[in-house]
Amino acid sequence: MQPIIEARDLRKTFADFVAVDGIHFRMMPGECLGLLGPNGAGKTTTIRMIYGFSPITRGSLRVFGLDIRKEWRTIKGRMGVCQQENNPDPDLSLMENLEVFALYFDIPRKEARRRARDLLRFMGLEHRMDAKVTELSGGMMRRLILARSLLNNPDLLILDEPTTGLDPQSRHQVWERLEELRSRGLSVLLTTHYMDEAARLCDRLILMDHGKILIEGKPSRLIADHVGRDVIEMVNPDPEVRRWVQSSGFRHDDLERRLIVYGKEGENLFDRVGKRYCSEECVFRMATLEDVFLRLTGRELRE
Amino acid sequence: MRGIGPGTVSRRFFRVWQRNFLVYRRIWKINFLPPLLEPFFYLLAFGVGLSGLVGNVSYGGKELSYAAFITPALLAINMMQNAFFENTYASFVRMYYQKTFDAMMATPLSLQEVILAEIIWGATKSFFATGVMLGVVSLFGLVHYPHGLLILPLSFLAGIAFGSMGMLFTGIVPSIDLFNLPVFLFITPMFLFSGTFFPLDALPSWAQYVAMVLPLTHLVEAIRRLCVGELPWNLLWGLGYLVLLCALFLPLSTAVMHRRLIH
Repeated sequence: MQPIIEARDLRKTFADFVAVDGIHFRMMPGECLGLLGPNGAGKTTTIRMIYGFSPITRGSLRVFGLDIRKEWRTIKGRMGVCQQENNPDPDLSLMENLEVFALYFDIPRKEARRRARDLLRFMGLEHRMDAKVTELSGGMMRRLILARSLLNNPDLLILDEPTTGLDPQSRHQVWERLEELRSRGLSVLLTTHYMDEAARLCDRLILMDHGKILIEGKPSRLIADHVGRDVIEMVNPDPEVRRWVQSSGFRHDDLERRLIVYGKEGENLFDRVGKRYCSEECVFRMATLEDVFLRLTGRELRE
Repeated sequence: MRGIGPGTVSRRFFRVWQRNFLVYRRIWKINFLPPLLEPFFYLLAFGVGLSGLVGNVSYGGKELSYAAFITPALLAINMMQNAFFENTYASFVRMYYQKTFDAMMATPLSLQEVILAEIIWGATKSFFATGVMLGVVSLFGLVHYPHGLLILPLSFLAGIAFGSMGMLFTGIVPSIDLFNLPVFLFITPMFLFSGTFFPLDALPSWAQYVAMVLPLTHLVEAIRRLCVGELPWNLLWGLGYLVLLCALFLPLSTAVMHRRLIH
């Protein structure tokens, strides 16, 4: 089967800054692939190259089997893109926004109107069809942009932080719509800062930092391989506990006020550590993607 | 000049023009108001108010009333301002605040097509506004026909010239406030010193040479000839100058916008 995206030694530099440093990856049809990483890791630069906005500096990038440098117009005609910032036409109504956008894809007017109506219904916006976009809430705006990105019946949907800044209700609504699209077989490439979003939507994840790919794989596999299954967070641990954990062989992160201990399946972390050393200031929980993320990319701020 | 080659500009640019036209139509009454009212204001202030002091102006061996003298200037300034302001302030808002260009770039459009469409749109606005204003001043009997009809295609050409210059500034300015600079240093001097409100030969000779560099000078001259019903061959020089400016600034502004937006 031909990959939807195939990047080989893909590189992007801005003056003397290397944003994407020779990455290799593939995305197969029907897959939902998530790009994770701290700010400045190179996620957005990568997807901007994929949707033909940023010219690639080196390497090769094929989308739908076509070379992005040569056949960018065909490629762009077959994908839908939700950029990080909402950018509807504020002068136009919801319906007009979609109709105008359909023009850019050369979709005939009648067909455009039909698709626009269907998509607004799909996104739960049909009752606001003739409203101005300036009257929309953040969640509605996001759903409008999502509807817009589906106008050309894309073979690949690209989402750059689809739910950033939305309230929980709106996030869940967007997720439901995306899951519905996924169930119809649409290939989705997304970036996100929300690990729960990545774990819920994506089949496979790529964790990037400093322009390089650190790890990739299924969310559950990444957690099991890089963190384990169980986690105990101890608040203000005694020096004695600290010493014991250090000599015990458990993976752990020592953050001054907080000691985080990770246990794999079969290591009986909760029994061996929890019962012995935990008074009330302990949190027992399952390992999450966030643990993987922080363990691999560090805890210092990226600004 | 990276990225300005074959395959980057197709007829699809017209789709962006359609977008602007749709928005324009939604507020067409407001768009039509300035070119409708402006000539009344100017003709009242200058043609009636000032002409008592000025009297007639001799131009090309003819005696023109002051109103007849400034009417071509009003038309030319209208063309300049419509295109220049569309491709500075309005294009900047679409580019910077509304991120309209970013959205377009995620479709099968190229940046070159977006910019070309913006400039052609600016020229179209100049054309529409000229049509309205021409209608008004014609009612006062200030335009000779059929020569006056040539003013319409001229407004489109001038629109491309002034629009591309505007787009060049849009590609450079860091913030929208800085458009004050080209307006103050470029548009205002042209407004005043392009043979608009007084004949050029009233200026010292060095200033006349400077005025010959200003594109508006040639536009005013061409329209003035047409308004009095003349079509001398030497108008081609001025016309050629406007074409040259288009040929220069259209690719230049596109390259500057490319540098600004594509990383």
